[in-house]
Amino acid sequence: MTEHYPVLILLVPLFGALIATLLGRERQLACWLTALISLGVSSIFAIGNICVLLASGEGELRYRMGGWNENSGYEVGIELRIDMLAALVVAVVVSVGLINTIFAKTRVAGEMREKVAFFYALNQLLIVGLCGIIMTNDAFNLYVLIEITSLTSYALIAMGNRRAALSSFNYIIMGTIGASFYLLGVGYLYIKTGSLNIDDIHTVLQSGKLWGDASITIAFIMIMIGLWIKMALFPLHGWLPNAYSYAPGVVGSFMAPLMTKVMVYVMLRVMLWLFGGAYIYTSGLVWGELVVWMSIIAIVAGSFLALARTDIKKMLTYLIVAEVGYMVGGAWLADGAGLVGSMYHILSDAAMTFCLFLAASIVILRTGDHRLTAFNGLFARMPLTMIGFTIGGLSMIGLPPTCGFFSKWYLISGGIAAGHWSYVAALLFSSLVNAVIFFRIFERAYFGNIKGVVDEQLPDDGDGAPPLTLERVPLSMLIPLFLAGISVLLVGFYNQTLVSWLMDVIPPL
Amino acid sequence: MEFLAAGFIEDNIVPKFNYWIYVILMMIGLYAMITKNNLIKKLIGMAVFQTAIILFYVSIGVKAESGIPILGHGQHHEIVDEGRPSSEVIAKEKFANPLPHVLMLTAIVVGVSTLGLALAISQRIYISFDTLEEDEILDQLRPGGHD
Repeated sequence: MTEHYPVLILLVPLFGALIATLLGRERQLACWLTALISLGVSSIFAIGNICVLLASGEGELRYRMGGWNENSGYEVGIELRIDMLAALVVAVVVSVGLINTIFAKTRVAGEMREKVAFFYALNQLLIVGLCGIIMTNDAFNLYVLIEITSLTSYALIAMGNRRAALSSFNYIIMGTIGASFYLLGVGYLYIKTGSLNIDDIHTVLQSGKLWGDASITIAFIMIMIGLWIKMALFPLHGWLPNAYSYAPGVVGSFMAPLMTKVMVYVMLRVMLWLFGGAYIYTSGLVWGELVVWMSIIAIVAGSFLALARTDIKKMLTYLIVAEVGYMVGGAWLADGAGLVGSMYHILSDAAMTFCLFLAASIVILRTGDHRLTAFNGLFARMPLTMIGFTIGGLSMIGLPPTCGFFSKWYLISGGIAAGHWSYVAALLFSSLVNAVIFFRIFERAYFGNIKGVVDEQLPDDGDGAPPLTLERVPLSMLIPLFLAGISVLLVGFYNQTLVSWLMDVIPPL
Repeated sequence: MEFLAAGFIEDNIVPKFNYWIYVILMMIGLYAMITKNNLIKKLIGMAVFQTAIILFYVSIGVKAESGIPILGHGQHHEIVDEGRPSSEVIAKEKFANPLPHVLMLTAIVVGVSTLGLALAISQRIYISFDTLEEDEILDQLRPGGHD
């Protein structure tokens, strides 16, 4: 049984999506239960995966889809490969999906109207796609899964208002360019190596004979540009802020923490396990330096753009742009600590972005105001929600014991070890800007007057749902926020364990 | 003036003709996606762009003098090299590589569904904005516009 965990993580929500579609619009509660159960079962398998990995001590699990040709000697069929990093990211993805499903319960009828069943179906499909991206060991399969994930996210974003439809359209254009570039890169790799299995390609490339080849260079550039568009690295980030901030609240809250992080994971996978550290860092290419500078620009620009926003969600989305810069920079420092920091930051950034987006959704919903003025006096009126927001905010700034502190710690020590002081400076600068951004909000929440918001005449949030009063935040929204806040703290407390697991994952550079 | 040198076209363009076409098509598609103002024209550019990549993949499976990869009657179904009579051995160079073509079946499906979704979304945009011209939509969204 245990050897089938990887594929069960994918199959359970896949069939859950089918069932949710078949149940249709009349049975909203049944759809919700389907999503809840399938993602719950899936997250049990994801945790089981981690336990199996720890118990086996082998470092990776392999699963052959359909039992194809295990003994034939040449690679046919699709393989799943799970190391500790993949197992952890899968667990984060599935549990964020699960917690967000709980969060969606009271909200989804108001935001989606007659499309509730489709929301739950697409929600589960997106989780399937993301988990598939993380686990697959086949370069072309990776493309298909990236497109499955993107298609579901285009549809989910377009479920919002008319601005969301326009943002989704722009996302389709950008996303298709990104995925097609990746596909082209895989094509050039296939010409030269004759295989699509990531391990096979790696074995062929490792000898170093092909390093100087123009096809490999083109393939590398194409794949990287494609992935950078998908993960919204700074000059290519244009689609992200609108798509995530105009998306329906329950969609944005789980897409924002997951999509970019999983794409960063794919970049790490391509760098270390497809091309290999030797090609990336030591083959005499100047890209390492160049990309670290790009990430520095991304960090600084993302922080400034976030500082300039008065819209809560827009501000958070620009913070994501800056965080992507952290991870890309850490990955390209060519230093073990930087790589571990980058991997650890995937986990911690997912937790803290999720926490912030959940809190922001509740605040926007309750105050009916999507600007920073919504926070005026909120510590007195919504103390529980604000505690969640504070934990997320402190983690963004990087205060211990939240996970944001530890990931910055590892990234900065990587930057120092690699001697890249400008990267260290950019990280510290971004911390300062985040401190300004969040303490500005905390100040409003403590001392701001609440004249602007009157309980009796809360503005309608435009989707026909009855305006809710400020005090009564339903438990189905508060519990997810607490779970997210606790996970921010737990990822921080157990940083040594996580980092020691991740250390073992990194192949020798 | 390398381009005018004798034999340049014969050496570089003619044998790699389909690759040149794929690059040109891809650039046309990319140009339309980025610069066109009308959303449907952007989508046409997207379709051209994706088709160019399909052309590239189909090209890499082709070999000179090769046929379609279907086994005739009596041919053995595995590729064997040594220890078998030569009549049973399948000559790999006689068949086009089917793998890139199969991959493109999947890519075509992905492309069609992307296009379908994009058309559905542009229909929603048309219903709510009453236009498909990007500048007119942005005019409506500007704070001073009639929104």
